[in-house]
Parts: sequence; C-alpha cells; structure tokens
Amino acid sequence: MANKTAESISREEFFYGHKACAGCGGSLAVRAALKVLGPNAVSVLPAGCMSAVGFNFPQLCFSNNSIISTFAGTASMLTGVEAGLRARGYKDFTAVGFAGDGGTADIGIQALSGAIDRNDNIIYICYDNEAYMNTGIQKSGLTPYGAKTTTTPAGENIHGNIRPKKNMFEIAAAHDIPYAATASVGYLPDFIAKVQKASQIQGTKYIHVIAPCPTGWGVAPDATVDIAREVVDCGLWYLAEYENGSFRLNHKPKAFTSVEDYLKKQGRFRHLTEEDIKIITDSRDRKWEFIEKNSQL
Amino acid sequence: MSKKFLSGNEAFAEGIRLARPQVISAYPITPQTIVVERLSEMVEDGSLSAEYVHVESEHSALSCAIGASAAGARAFTATSSQGLLYMAECLYYASGGRFPIVMMNADRSTALPWNIYGDQRDSLSQLDSGWIQSYAENAQEALDLALMSYRIAEDKRVSTPYMANLDGFVLTHTYETVDIPEREQADRFLPSYETDNRIDLENPKNMAFSAGPDTNYIFKYKEHEGILAASEVIKETEKDFAEIFGRKYSGLTENYRTEDADYIIVTLGSIAGLCRETADKLREQGVKAGVVRIRYMRPFPNEEIAEVLKNAKAFAVLEKDISFGNEGTVFTNVNSALKKAGVNVSGYNYIGGLGGRNISAGDIEKIYSDIAEGTDSVNFIGIGGTGNGK
Repeated sequence: MANKTAESISREEFFYGHKACAGCGGSLAVRAALKVLGPNAVSVLPAGCMSAVGFNFPQLCFSNNSIISTFAGTASMLTGVEAGLRARGYKDFTAVGFAGDGGTADIGIQALSGAIDRNDNIIYICYDNEAYMNTGIQKSGLTPYGAKTTTTPAGENIHGNIRPKKNMFEIAAAHDIPYAATASVGYLPDFIAKVQKASQIQGTKYIHVIAPCPTGWGVAPDATVDIAREVVDCGLWYLAEYENGSFRLNHKPKAFTSVEDYLKKQGRFRHLTEEDIKIITDSRDRKWEFIEKNSQL
Repeated sequence: MSKKFLSGNEAFAEGIRLARPQVISAYPITPQTIVVERLSEMVEDGSLSAEYVHVESEHSALSCAIGASAAGARAFTATSSQGLLYMAECLYYASGGRFPIVMMNADRSTALPWNIYGDQRDSLSQLDSGWIQSYAENAQEALDLALMSYRIAEDKRVSTPYMANLDGFVLTHTYETVDIPEREQADRFLPSYETDNRIDLENPKNMAFSAGPDTNYIFKYKEHEGILAASEVIKETEKDFAEIFGRKYSGLTENYRTEDADYIIVTLGSIAGLCRETADKLREQGVKAGVVRIRYMRPFPNEEIAEVLKNAKAFAVLEKDISFGNEGTVFTNVNSALKKAGVNVSGYNYIGGLGGRNISAGDIEKIYSDIAEGTDSVNFIGIGGTGNGK
C-alpha cells in the first residue's frame, strides 16, 4: 500500500532545528507526516513536547504555517483554522493536528470528539509516547498497564500503572469517522502511506501513531525505531485502519515475539513480575481475539 | 434605516449580521442562546454568509474562533457566566495572540449557588484577561456596539479581542424599538478584515509561540499598548459612526447632569437608566445628583472618571459585583483613577443586583442620601455595611 518510500519521499524538511531529545519518536512522526503533506500543511500543536521543542521565539522551527493551541484545544483550533481558511477562499491546504497521548486521550478528547462529530475536514495525528513526557513522565490515559511513571511509582504494593491504555483508535472509529488508522514509527512506510491516504479523504481523519520516548521509556536513544517495531511484533500494538464502517488489519505477525523481552528492555517495565507479564500477555491475546473477530485482513 | 421591535440579544445579532463575520462558533448558554439561534437562522436564510460551527463547549467555541482569526477570518462567538469561566484559558490566549475576535457575553451570576439571572461577576472577574470590555445599557447600544466592536478590535493600533457585555435578561431579553442600519451604510462603516497576523500560505509563519524571560515582557508591554490605544480608536470610531448613522456615543463613559453635581453614582450597564431617573427626581427636590455610566471597563477611563468626580462632594460606585474579601472591583478601579489624579472625594461602594436581585428606585435614592451623610465604605444593598475598609 505504501506509495511513498525512503526513495520517493520529499527531501524537503518542515520540522527541523528543534530541540527534542535524542531519539524522539514524536518528532520523527511529525517530520515524516509533514514531508507527506507538504508546504501547504497548516499544523496545529497543543502545549506539549512538540510545541515545547519547536516554537521558542525567536527560534521557530516549522517551515510550514504552524500554530500552538491550548492543551485541550488541538481539534477545536484545527476546526477554526480550517473554517477560517475556507471562508477566506483557500482550497489547497491541509489542516493537520499533532497532539500527544495526554493531549488526545485525556484533556483533548472532548474537542476531538466534537470535531469528528462535525466531520470537519482535518487530519488529527496522535503521537503516542504513552505518558506526559513534556512534564516529566506522568501517567496519561494511554500509559500501558504496568508502566512506571513519576505518578505511578513501581513499589512493593503497586507495580506501576494499574490501568490499560484507552482504545483511542476504536473510540475515534465509534464516531463512524471517514478514516482512522493506527501506526508505529517502527513501521514508517506504513505510517507515511496512511498520512498520504488521509490527505486524500474528505472529512475527519484520525491517525494514532506509537512514537517511543527513549527518555520516558528507559531505552537508548538509538533504540526508538527498534522498540517501535517490537511493540507491533510482540502484539501489544497493531497496524490497522477503519474505513467505510469496517476495520482492516494491515499486518499480522506470523508468530508474536516475546512480550517479556519487549518489556524487560525498558526501564519503565523492568520491575514487572512474572505475574504482571502474564496479565499483559493474556490481555494481548484477548485483544487479538477481538481484532480477528472484528476486522478484515 | 428600518425599525424593529427587538430584544437585546436579537439587536446584537442584527449588528453581527451587518458586521459580516466569516466564522461563528456557537455553544448555547442561558441567557445568551437567542443570539446564536438568530445567527443560525441568518446563515440558513442566506442573509449572513458565514461558517457556523456547532462546537461542543465554550472552551472549543473560543479555541475555534482563535483558529479562525489566526487564519485571517473575522470570527464571532458568544457566551455567559459559567461558559465564560470555562473558556477563561482561551481569553488570555486570544488577547496574547492579538486576535481581534468579538464575543458577546450575557452578564450572568456565577455558581454556586446556581443562578441564571444577571449580575456582572462573570465578566468583571476577567478584567485582567486582556480583552476590551464594553457594557451596553440598551438594545440600540447593543446593536451599535456589535458593529463598532470589529472596527475597534481590528484597528492595527489595537489588535485586541473585544467582549461586548449585555446584562442578562434585563437587557438580553427586554424588547425595545431599535433602528437597524442599512447594509450599504454598515459596509461603508466597517471594511473587511485585513491583517498580517495570520496564517499565510505564500509566506508561512509560526504563530502562538513561546517567549522566554528575555522577550516575554516585551510582548506583554505591546499587548498593554494595544488595549490602551483602543481609547483613542473608540472615539474615532464613534465619530465615524455618528456621521454615517446619526447616533452619537460618548467614549469610555457617559455623564448625566454631572457638571454641577454634588453627589454622583458611578455605575455600568442597564441600571444606569433608573439611576438617571432617580437623579432627575432628586434634582426636582433640590439635590444636585448626577450619574456616570462606565461604558468601557477596559481600557479603563481613568482620566474621565477623575475629571467628572473631582468637584463632587461624594460619589457611590453601584455595581453588580463583589471581589470577596475586599470590595466591588469597579470601586477598586475608580478609587485608583482618583488616587492617580490626586482627587480626594469621599467614595462609597454599593453592591447590588447579585443573582438578578432587583435594585429599586428607592434603593438608589437611599444611596444618594446615604453618601450625602457619610456611610460605610462597602455596602450590600438591603443588608448594610460589610464593616471592611472604613
């Protein structure tokens, strides 16, 4: 499905010269998406990692039109930008939002739901690094079960986060959105193809891309892409699309790689017991049963 | 010019139709709802060409308007009370970004206890948010302010959002005969919005950025300069307005029989009419009573207030507001104006109308007689002095 590859993608940079941490998965997702969408992308980013690293006057690093929104207001500002440009007679532009997991699944979910409900012609990309990384690794609604964060400490009594991730992809799909997809920066051509596809669909598009944060996950800066592949390969994440009322799985691993290996590589999961890992593995298996029952391959 | 029998909300909506906003973000709240209802009908019948966005909250209403304004479009929204407080974060965002959005606020009490009726605690609590704030007295003024607001807010010297306040129910739901300007006149008065402070596909920009300690205060200074410049722009705008439409307004304040007044009530909003009637009655009895109606709380009419009060024997500030633990905020502002100008006149604060409680002609008469004799510094009408600030 990929019609843009490392060879064919634009050499032009739109998100360049920022001060993100080494190995930042979020910045990789933003950079790749803007290469696909091109100079007429108008990006809206809420208060969060990407705005904190990219918009420090006078060092402003987006070469396309970009604006910071309030933390809760990514989708509502996108709506306004899209409506405003259209009202002024512009047609050839793409309004795209880049919000983190907290900005999407927690504080921004109401505005996002409103935008999908109105079917505003926008692309909303959630770069999911699984915690509030910009403020120093606090639990969000997309922090996975068992993860140690600075607000879900791993102690004797509680082994990190006690709740699973919200199903944001399915929540978006439940609005009967024209297009929703999951992706991972570990499978970049797949992500790029989904951004490309979204740009050609009228109405609201939601793409949820796993974007590891080496700082928050406790992995080496050069492990971002590998760990983002592995989360898919071990079955704790999946690559799928929702379109025309049905789910489609894009990639089914023949056999899952080890969940334990995936977890134990990361500082945030190192404390997990065998029992914890079994809970995570069982929940993966239940999820895949659901996926196989409810989606086309 | 045609005449119609309209409520304050409807009159304001007529003014907005004439102002041709390009994006309207709407979320209902009593007593503002009729504005967004009428505007939706105008969009439906084609008499207003605008993108009408059904947002899911007040936070999104203003966030959407900010996005539209950042795209260079003329944006409108409306709110009240809890809605204004819910969107408070976006108020500061809009003013900091210098986006000249116009928002109508139906002044209403704030919970708890729940109450849908009018007082001014909602908007006065947001005086520091960087918005121009006007307070209309009647439906005609509401319509005229709707039209003038964009001229003032969008002026390049100002570039500041504008909150047009209408007293909930007393003004928003009260019907009066209103002159509706002709479309051609309105277009002559209000040109389309042109700005460089916008997304530009030919010349991309990064907007609403961070600014650290070295530069942040410069942006804040410029923001302050912009809203101060509105004082002059309001006068110019009212002059042009009078030339085209024939109705005159008097800038940041409106004085009534103050030239020789011994006792002056300073107030704002729709209660001013009753204050004037009471002043007339007292004048017949030989009491030199006058009224100052504050039309704009931001920019604040420091010089005007000091000038009009300097020869009075005493004044009262009558307001539908209390800053708990101190006094009414309008009183604080008025006293500051006098202090800066070196004016020393006895002043008293009257808090009334909270949660829509009626203020009667008798209450106002009593204010005039109390301040002639001297009274507590801060008084709740019908209860008495609060015992602070003597």
